[in-house]
Amino acid sequence: MILPVILAAVYSFYNLPAAFKWENLADPERFVGFDNYIRAFQTPEFIKAIGNNFIILVLSLVIQGPIAIGVALLLNRPMRGRAVIRLLIFVPYVLAEVIAGLSWKLLLQPTGGVNALLEAIGLGALKQNWLADPNIALWTLFAILTWKYVGFAIILMLAGLQGVPEELAEAAQIDGATWWQTQRYITIPLLAPTIRIWAFLSMIGALQLFDMVWVTVAPTVRQMSTETMATYMVQQGQFAGQPGYGSAIAVILFFISLVVALLYQRFALRRDLQGAITRGVR
Amino acid sequence: MNRRSTTRLVTFAAAAGLALASLTACSAGGDDNAADGEVTLTWWHNATSGPMPAVWEEVASEFEAAHPGVKVEQTGYQNEDLQRTLIPNALASGDAPDLFQVWPGGELRDQVANGYLKPLDDSIADTIASVGATVNPWQVDGKTYGIPFTFGIEGFWYNKDQFKEAGISAPPTTLDELIADNAKLREAGFTPIAVGAGDKWPAAHWWYQFALHSCSPETLQTAEKDFDFSDPCFVEAGQQLKDFIGTNPFQEGFLGTPAQQGAGSSAGLVANGQAAMELMGHWNAGVIGGLTPDQQVPAFLGWFPFPGIEGSAGDPTAALGGGDGFGCSADAPKECDELLAYIMSDEVQAKFAASGSGIPTVPSAVDSLEDPNLKAVAEGLANASFVQLWLDTAYGTTVGNAMNEGIVNLFAGTGTPEDIVKKMTDAAATL
Repeated sequence: MILPVILAAVYSFYNLPAAFKWENLADPERFVGFDNYIRAFQTPEFIKAIGNNFIILVLSLVIQGPIAIGVALLLNRPMRGRAVIRLLIFVPYVLAEVIAGLSWKLLLQPTGGVNALLEAIGLGALKQNWLADPNIALWTLFAILTWKYVGFAIILMLAGLQGVPEELAEAAQIDGATWWQTQRYITIPLLAPTIRIWAFLSMIGALQLFDMVWVTVAPTVRQMSTETMATYMVQQGQFAGQPGYGSAIAVILFFISLVVALLYQRFALRRDLQGAITRGVR
Repeated sequence: MNRRSTTRLVTFAAAAGLALASLTACSAGGDDNAADGEVTLTWWHNATSGPMPAVWEEVASEFEAAHPGVKVEQTGYQNEDLQRTLIPNALASGDAPDLFQVWPGGELRDQVANGYLKPLDDSIADTIASVGATVNPWQVDGKTYGIPFTFGIEGFWYNKDQFKEAGISAPPTTLDELIADNAKLREAGFTPIAVGAGDKWPAAHWWYQFALHSCSPETLQTAEKDFDFSDPCFVEAGQQLKDFIGTNPFQEGFLGTPAQQGAGSSAGLVANGQAAMELMGHWNAGVIGGLTPDQQVPAFLGWFPFPGIEGSAGDPTAALGGGDGFGCSADAPKECDELLAYIMSDEVQAKFAASGSGIPTVPSAVDSLEDPNLKAVAEGLANASFVQLWLDTAYGTTVGNAMNEGIVNLFAGTGTPEDIVKKMTDAAATL
């Protein structure tokens, strides 16, 4: 498990050719020290890629979170067809990422289903080059990601809601609390550990984002507006034939994820995980 | 250590053991020469659709029949996967196929520098001589490491019917005429040119053409050898391209359009009459044919070379082109050379030409071409005073990729002609 990380760290100090050989690592002329790292942070495309990752991270938290909590609260009440709705919401998450991405790519192309639908219902003026216009591609991408992952968040929240004792809500209702007050002051606070775990998974997912971008967005538009750290890494490391530089990107991506994860554990997950992961932290 | 972590350790050890075992199994199975004197040749090529997979399969079985004890395992892979991922990984891991597709120029130089390829001059000199100067891009320091079985040039694939409807009597021969024809096509209600800029390289080819027609052949040759891009013609090429994009010649949303996959691709737009032209390599007739409803090359399709640019240093009859070649890996058995010689033989080349999949490199086989468009391209190749290899291929992956990134920025309106040259110079400095 550790070996690839060590190898990436070693490669990142070299200027390696596309046709890599082990002997390259013994060649002193190929050793460039921290040049690859300096280059990464001087490249506007990479800085933009980091920015994109954090835009998606923040958007996920502030948009997907409330949607998931809201839907979960609604679905937690007895109602007709609840099982069917739960199933439908979860379908996108079960679908393979590549399949889902390719379907959306076809639906969102200029002559695709989404534009045809808009035309058919008289909203032809709203037609867009959803994934071909660099100005909106990132937003389209985020919409697809939300479609894909909000189901998982909802299921997680529903599971969390199972652990909230009904007696508390009943007691509150006897005391005259409205449905909303019950949720606001009793259910949501008790759901907080679940929300914090979901946020953690969501943040790591946003930082590592690769498949959906790679599959749906054409290389040119990706370069213009939706590059993430992971897609930039593969682009440079594999397709631009610079394994050393790509490895440096991989190490940077690893450290950014690690720092975010540690900070989040230290400050948000401390109570939830007491004794489990952060044993030393009290 | 408590009980739980002991269990984990044991599990880990077991998993590692399994992984090791499967690795060993792999390398044992990959060995070429079995003990009983039989030879197995592995052969990787890029034929996955159209008539070519059948042709190569036939070639393999014919070779097996003529050489008892030799087994040929041929496999076709999607071109980009093959060149960018499969072959580099196979070479780096030391388990390379015996015969595989080799791109000329920068990539070849890299592979030769690493000792991955076998020089062919001693074993099959006659075969090398049979293709003439076309083999030059597959040579390094006077030694030949690959032989092209197909070579062609780029030009415009156009819809003759739409040209006629727009009142254009003959294909343009100068850039100004091309721009005027675009306006006529727009007036007649057609999209003049489709470009698959979503895939980067089709957009980049536009810049290559402007560079080819702005820079003298000497400048281009120096650039390829020394990575010297200081001649102002390279910036000029970008400026010309910028002006050209300013005349609105391309389809809507071209930044997201793929080049060759699906009806929405640039080739698909031409195939289905939604665009009048596409600038593309010699293989495009086949691609367009595969994207029509009846899977046939449409009758309206014609070809003309990229027009010259008035008043520039570039040669107006220069052409941009490239080809596919095969080479043998450094430790391939001698049967690999023999298979390659057979692939390049007159009869296989004639069969290749007759299949309509591309332009053969052995002159005698060119007569076997039946497809009128391929004949036109072959004629264009014969008339070209100077043939420049695709620039990204010629400069190698690192510089080529930086160049394409810069060009794409220009297409998107976020980069300048100077940026392209700067990116190329910076990338060359990391080599």
